[in-house]
Amino acid sequence: MQGGTASMLEAAKAEHLWPRPPRWAMAIGAAAAALLLAYPFVFTSSFAHHTMILILLYALMAQSWNVVAGFSGQISLGHAIFFGLGAYSSTVLFAKYGVTPWAGLLVGVLLSAAAAVAIGVPTLRLRGHYFAIATLLIGSSVQIVFQRWEWVGAASGLYVPIERTSPWLYLQFHRSKVPYYYLMLAAAALGYLLVWKLRRSRFGFRLQALRDDHDAAASLGIAVARHKVLTFMISGAMMSVAGTFYGQYVLVLDPERLFSAEISILVLLMTVLGGSGTLWGPALGAAVLIPLSEYSRIWLGGTGRTVDLIIYGVLIVLVCMWRPSGLLSVFEERIRRRRTVS
Amino acid sequence: MSRDLILQAIISGILMGLIYALVAVGLSLIFGLMEIVNFAHGEFLMLAMFATFWLWAVFGLDPLISLPLVAAMLACGGILVHFGIIRRLLSAPMLAQVCGTFGLAVALRAGAQFLWTPDFRTITSPMSAGRVEIGPVFIGQPQLVAGLICLFAFAALWAFITRTDTGLALQATAQDRQAAAVMGIPTERMWALGWAIGLGCVGIAGCLLSTFYYIFPEVGVNFALLAFVAVALGGFGSIIGSLVAGVLIGLTESLGGLLLDPSYKTLIVFGLYLGVVIVRPMGLFGRF
Amino acid sequence: MKPLLDVRGVSKRFGGVTANADITFDVNEGEILGIIGPNGAGKSTLFDLITGFQPMDSGRVQLDGRDITGMRPDRISALGIGRTFQKLKPFSDLTVTENVMVGALAGTADMKLARDQALECLAFVDLLEKRNSFARELSTGQRKRLELARALATRPRLILMDEVTGGVDQRTIPGLVELVLRLKEQGVTVVTIEHNMQVMMRLADRILALHAGRRIAFGAPEEVRAQPAVVDAYLGTVADAS
Repeated sequence: MQGGTASMLEAAKAEHLWPRPPRWAMAIGAAAAALLLAYPFVFTSSFAHHTMILILLYALMAQSWNVVAGFSGQISLGHAIFFGLGAYSSTVLFAKYGVTPWAGLLVGVLLSAAAAVAIGVPTLRLRGHYFAIATLLIGSSVQIVFQRWEWVGAASGLYVPIERTSPWLYLQFHRSKVPYYYLMLAAAALGYLLVWKLRRSRFGFRLQALRDDHDAAASLGIAVARHKVLTFMISGAMMSVAGTFYGQYVLVLDPERLFSAEISILVLLMTVLGGSGTLWGPALGAAVLIPLSEYSRIWLGGTGRTVDLIIYGVLIVLVCMWRPSGLLSVFEERIRRRRTVS
Repeated sequence: MSRDLILQAIISGILMGLIYALVAVGLSLIFGLMEIVNFAHGEFLMLAMFATFWLWAVFGLDPLISLPLVAAMLACGGILVHFGIIRRLLSAPMLAQVCGTFGLAVALRAGAQFLWTPDFRTITSPMSAGRVEIGPVFIGQPQLVAGLICLFAFAALWAFITRTDTGLALQATAQDRQAAAVMGIPTERMWALGWAIGLGCVGIAGCLLSTFYYIFPEVGVNFALLAFVAVALGGFGSIIGSLVAGVLIGLTESLGGLLLDPSYKTLIVFGLYLGVVIVRPMGLFGRF
Repeated sequence: MKPLLDVRGVSKRFGGVTANADITFDVNEGEILGIIGPNGAGKSTLFDLITGFQPMDSGRVQLDGRDITGMRPDRISALGIGRTFQKLKPFSDLTVTENVMVGALAGTADMKLARDQALECLAFVDLLEKRNSFARELSTGQRKRLELARALATRPRLILMDEVTGGVDQRTIPGLVELVLRLKEQGVTVVTIEHNMQVMMRLADRILALHAGRRIAFGAPEEVRAQPAVVDAYLGTVADAS
């Protein structure tokens, strides 16, 4: 090896292993974190709390979708299945057996992971559109089943029985939305932390590799099928957590809504808008789209109920046409090049 | 269960299946040409139904008369969509292609709800109203007329694709874009033509469907799902495959509805998709 | 001496087309084996069969005495066979270093270690300067080097290289040839597909010549080049191609 190469190698090894975001990005991050922590006391209206809870909830849901689409490259159109399973698991256990929703949360996670394996093993080897359509149909089928299944309330759904004795045990807060807010914040933060870690792990690297090319990934020793199924499991489990919290928040489970294709599509729209495969893209998408629908509902009243969806749809078409990798991708790629010691 | 009941189910299943088939063939054609799945397909069916409805409600045009008009409108819409949106999506990653047409679907459905409310509408007493009695079986005349026109449309499409130069050029583009381009076939124009024909078929199907079916903004969702199934069964890009698969789905639905709780008939059809796709990912019939 | 790779009677048909018919050869530890043959001779298919990307119709492959016939590609990779692809397959949305790290992660879960190994492989293929670029931004020649570095990072005992010098700028060919020779020095066994006969004569210890899916010659380079069947099949088409 020549001397020039040797010294360049030394210099390269001295570089940071992970990119360092620029100062201004760190500053924005710190400010956002501070704002999120103080939010319920800065904005005190119930509407402000509700909107932010939904943003956090959807940020988590969209991130869950992003794990499958952004990392392993599979487009799932049936993610509402896991959302519904999470909500139903905790609610059925509590309503019928008095089990705390925390245990229900865990059961939901296990059930969703199991469902992810059951769905994923046969379908994840399908490529591209066939997988997308298969998940769309399976999602629709699961909804039909829950709408007919008497034991879980069929089409009229389930109510979470009101329990005022021990709010943290039963995950019900009737006086204020603030505890829900912090719960959702913690859940979303955990989800994002997990994905942040994932992206810097061997597993995450392997997923991104197989997303870009199955054959090349396999030639480097990556068991493609197993990795895809595992990712689907992780994603399903995340979605299920969001489902349980949502159930405890609204206290009414409506299969029409919980298992709707609309939820599967919303998380897709948010992720793609922000940038699939990026860490903060799903959060950005949720932060743009949720206020849009909450405010349009207020400004336009009942008749304006679908204006938000019109705007979403048009927005997504435009993003797909002009910036198919999402709003954040360019910014994030610029950061990923920054490894040199300054 | 009486034999008459089964016969009845078979005939109505076939007639409904022909509509499914005509919706599916457009989807199939577009995919065969440019490997794009039009997730807004059902919404175009919905638009065709509303167009038929308003032509009837405002101008008093019977669906059978407005049929060519609606088909032409949808065909123009197809060309617009191709040049306005799809062309830019072709080089994008698959995720952007799926989301692009999905976004369009969301916007169209929401737009229809905004403009026309989520209410269910019907076209009362169309020209084809009535009932035909063949032996022990009663057939709704609108369904019968719709089925016959669907068959005719299929025959015309088949003749066009296999007997005319333009049709052959279309096939060539679907089979090998580059080779076709080398032979002087303008790819871009073929794609636009594919969209025009594809949505034109949806226009005909929507127009016929509106003579005996509820018209509402979400009507397209289920038809689109069934069309995906039909296309997957018949093979993306196959015309005959779409026809056979559409009828098969119609039959499965109506016979399944007889045997089981009617609400589960969709599940059987979805199960059919999963079974076929997992066992035979290229569909039952291959391309064209 | 027992061969490192032992391929016996491998056959593969696609519909009515015979891609490989009863191909037998072996590769000794530490040598460079060249595979030549006109387009469509079945060279890349042979790679796909050995590395498990396509199931073979009949035949058997052994790596160091162990039967690897019918194993999944990732298992075969883990057992020590690395490969590159004729149609390049970079991970386009990863940086150059990240691409190679994926290979290095086959041997370690320590990200820092994997990064350092990746950088060493990049230094070896002389691509260090591009380490923080995205793979999609590289030229064809650079992508070939990247793919080689990625395969090397898995620390294979045997590497199958599909057309190292194909489709690259003439000026970069000597560098690539030298690269392969350095690999051999490091003790890696190499099987390489090559169109450029000059390059092949310089590199290969032994040559396997294929034509229409069949083995037409196998042995020392001078011997193989002298065989009439090779002259007919191979040199004839070279004249056509140029």
